[in-house]
Amino acid sequence: MEHDKDQDMSENKNNSNKAQDINPRFASEGCSVLLDVNDGDRLVFARLSGGAGLKIGNTRYSLKPLIGAPFGSLFQVESGSEEGSFLSRILPIKKESTSNNVTEDTRDNRELIDNNEAQNLTEEEIGAMRREGAKGDEIIEALIANSKTFDKKFQLSQDKYKLKKQKKYAPKVLLRRPFARSICEAYFKKYPARIGFLRVDALSLLLTMANVTAYSDVLVVDMVGGLVTGAVAERLGGTGYVCNTYKGNTPSSVDMVRMFNFTDKVIERIVQSSIDELSSPKTASPERVCNSEININESSASDKVEDVSVTVEARVVDDVVLLESKVIKSPKAGAKASKEAVEMWKENGFSSLIMAAQDQDPWSLAKDVLPLLSYSAPFAIYHQYLQPLATCMHNLQQGKMAINLQITEPWLREYQVLPSRTHPHMQMNSFGGYVLSGIRISTT
Amino acid sequence: MLPTDSKKALSFKRCIEDGDLVIVYERHDVMKPVKVTKDGVLQNRFGFYKHSDWIGKPLGAKVFSNKGKFVYLLAPTPELWTLVLSHRTQILYIADISFVVMYLEVVPGCVVLESGTGSGSLSTSLARAVAPTGHVYSFDFHEQRAVCAREDFEKTGVCSLVTVEVRDIQGQGFPEKLEGLADSVFLDLPQPWLAVPSAAKMLKEDGVLCSFSPCIEQVQRTCEVLRSDFIEIRTFEVLLRTYEVKEMKVETGAVIGENHDEKENGGQRPSKRKHVSNEDDYAVSHDNNSSTAATSVVMARPCSEARGHTGYLTFARLQCLS
Ligand SMILES: C[S@@+](CC[C@H](N)C(=O)[O-])C[C@H]1O[C@@H](n2cnc3c(N)ncnc32)[C@H](O)[C@@H]1O
Repeated sequence: MEHDKDQDMSENKNNSNKAQDINPRFASEGCSVLLDVNDGDRLVFARLSGGAGLKIGNTRYSLKPLIGAPFGSLFQVESGSEEGSFLSRILPIKKESTSNNVTEDTRDNRELIDNNEAQNLTEEEIGAMRREGAKGDEIIEALIANSKTFDKKFQLSQDKYKLKKQKKYAPKVLLRRPFARSICEAYFKKYPARIGFLRVDALSLLLTMANVTAYSDVLVVDMVGGLVTGAVAERLGGTGYVCNTYKGNTPSSVDMVRMFNFTDKVIERIVQSSIDELSSPKTASPERVCNSEININESSASDKVEDVSVTVEARVVDDVVLLESKVIKSPKAGAKASKEAVEMWKENGFSSLIMAAQDQDPWSLAKDVLPLLSYSAPFAIYHQYLQPLATCMHNLQQGKMAINLQITEPWLREYQVLPSRTHPHMQMNSFGGYVLSGIRISTT
Repeated sequence: MLPTDSKKALSFKRCIEDGDLVIVYERHDVMKPVKVTKDGVLQNRFGFYKHSDWIGKPLGAKVFSNKGKFVYLLAPTPELWTLVLSHRTQILYIADISFVVMYLEVVPGCVVLESGTGSGSLSTSLARAVAPTGHVYSFDFHEQRAVCAREDFEKTGVCSLVTVEVRDIQGQGFPEKLEGLADSVFLDLPQPWLAVPSAAKMLKEDGVLCSFSPCIEQVQRTCEVLRSDFIEIRTFEVLLRTYEVKEMKVETGAVIGENHDEKENGGQRPSKRKHVSNEDDYAVSHDNNSSTAATSVVMARPCSEARGHTGYLTFARLQCLS
């Protein structure tokens, strides 16, 4: 018995190696990365290429050193005497536990006067140091040595001072894998309206409540830029389908899918089909003209020299500028669902549903979309406002279309945890939106 | 519970068969897991139900008792399972579970380590997230709990994705054979800080750890230890507020001096105020056939009973040193 278990475990070692193809742990050329500048001060998405660059302050740094580096590696701006400053991989120093010395600190700030005269070093002198190839850390040391007030500050303020100077003179860039989690957080921070104020905990609830797992066929109404579609595809891992449906003739854009580092295998599982197509009687001629296929790569335009997909990205996130003229092809997501797939869904229904449709009445959509699910299929509907969900829930109850109906509002609070200084963050986001969840049932 | 290929998905039309696990749903707070057997009988306050009547029906169907009362038969999901499993320990619920799975960046193919197994509430959701090619290794030092958890995973059909082992994780750490193989590690232990150094050895670089603790002192000590090998250490509390929805007859207070049509002045607003104007002047009721100024409105308010605290979730990412 024990022996069996061991075998089971070693077998899975191999499995996990295979799985690295879907979950790469190294940043390769052409892949999408998330750059965390100065500990979350700024989050930037970029597609790695030799010509890609990142602007920090007034300087543009090439992203070339990042190619081939493992995700999670840290880079810092270093000055070189000839080619100017560049990003260079640094290995973090092991921090010793700081718990003891902090509490004993008895200095306080009663003698501290804040003015600009506290620093002896001038900007010109700092510039000269840089040109001579001084490392960021050396500049910070010099700033500390030339600060009249540094020694008077108590530990906490000394740390703050160091951090401030480090951010300015030796900015750090952390290379991160883009996951639904980080993509959602980055957007929520910068452009919450584009993702319908869908906070990461609300997104996680939607995925859970809709039982998203490998080999499922998930119907989504994604009007939050593709965030939900991408998050679902991430959990399908190249199996099953995520089908984005829409009213009328124009599918909503799922541009954000490009931020994820999806393999072609995963991308192929992202399709779209209109509500009409999915609900037309089975025998009807499927030869409806699809007038606007969504194609996140804008294929016609991407043949041109400028990389269209990248300019879109740069606009969407931050100031990433890609100078390279070579087109990096990312595969297209959101192709039209195949006839066979549509027929299969008409026959068997979808295994679950997620709706995140901004500015739409949830009931008007739900009454058309819910019948596309199989019986016993769970669903989750996100909305920024409570009332339309309440009405929707009431109607579903009256029509006996679903059971286990519930409206929930997620609440998320972050804590600062430090020796003798633990408390909730001073700022919190108090809006988590609302989620209506339930299970579709047979009405007969 | 989890489809191992597309033919087993809910979207692949299949009917209830002998040997299936179904969730019998009476009400949102009365549910029961039942293994369907040819001569099985379910008895509840509404009478008895013969399993043989269920076989061949689609999941989500209504089935009737000998007294003509009905229940629904649902396909099991990790969410329903969390609501019906037998509590051998404190368990994690949907809000924490959802957040943990997303924040640990668990995707298909991942290897996840967990301790303690407890009642297996979280393990089932982790299994769903790593399927079809990943694996969950769950450890508990309590022999009996490990046995029960294995039985449960067998019952729910996730046993090919979860391995349960008996081991004192705080004392011995995770087994060496898993070193460097874990994408994520989850700790729900009384003294998680004791397991952190071992967890760091198990994780791949850039892998994420989560520790769940009810008390802030546990968090404090865990964070101190985390600082030596981990970055992005963040602590959260997640809660859910649920709402009750009711359709109610409310008086629509007509405001004196306003002569607008009811729709224009927002007459749907519920009002407890007794109005003074003479109602007969204009009909306030929506359906127009009642003389009282009342209308039906769907309204929502938070349920008064709610979970106030479960635990703090601390996440941290293993530093990348190579
Ligand atoms: C609160 S329960 C975990 C519940 C679980 N997360 C769930 O959702 O069902 C904690 C478990 O940790 C186990 N445990 C406590 N100390 C342990 C140790 N040193 N090594 C392994 N397991 C331990 C206990 O036996 C108990 O089952």
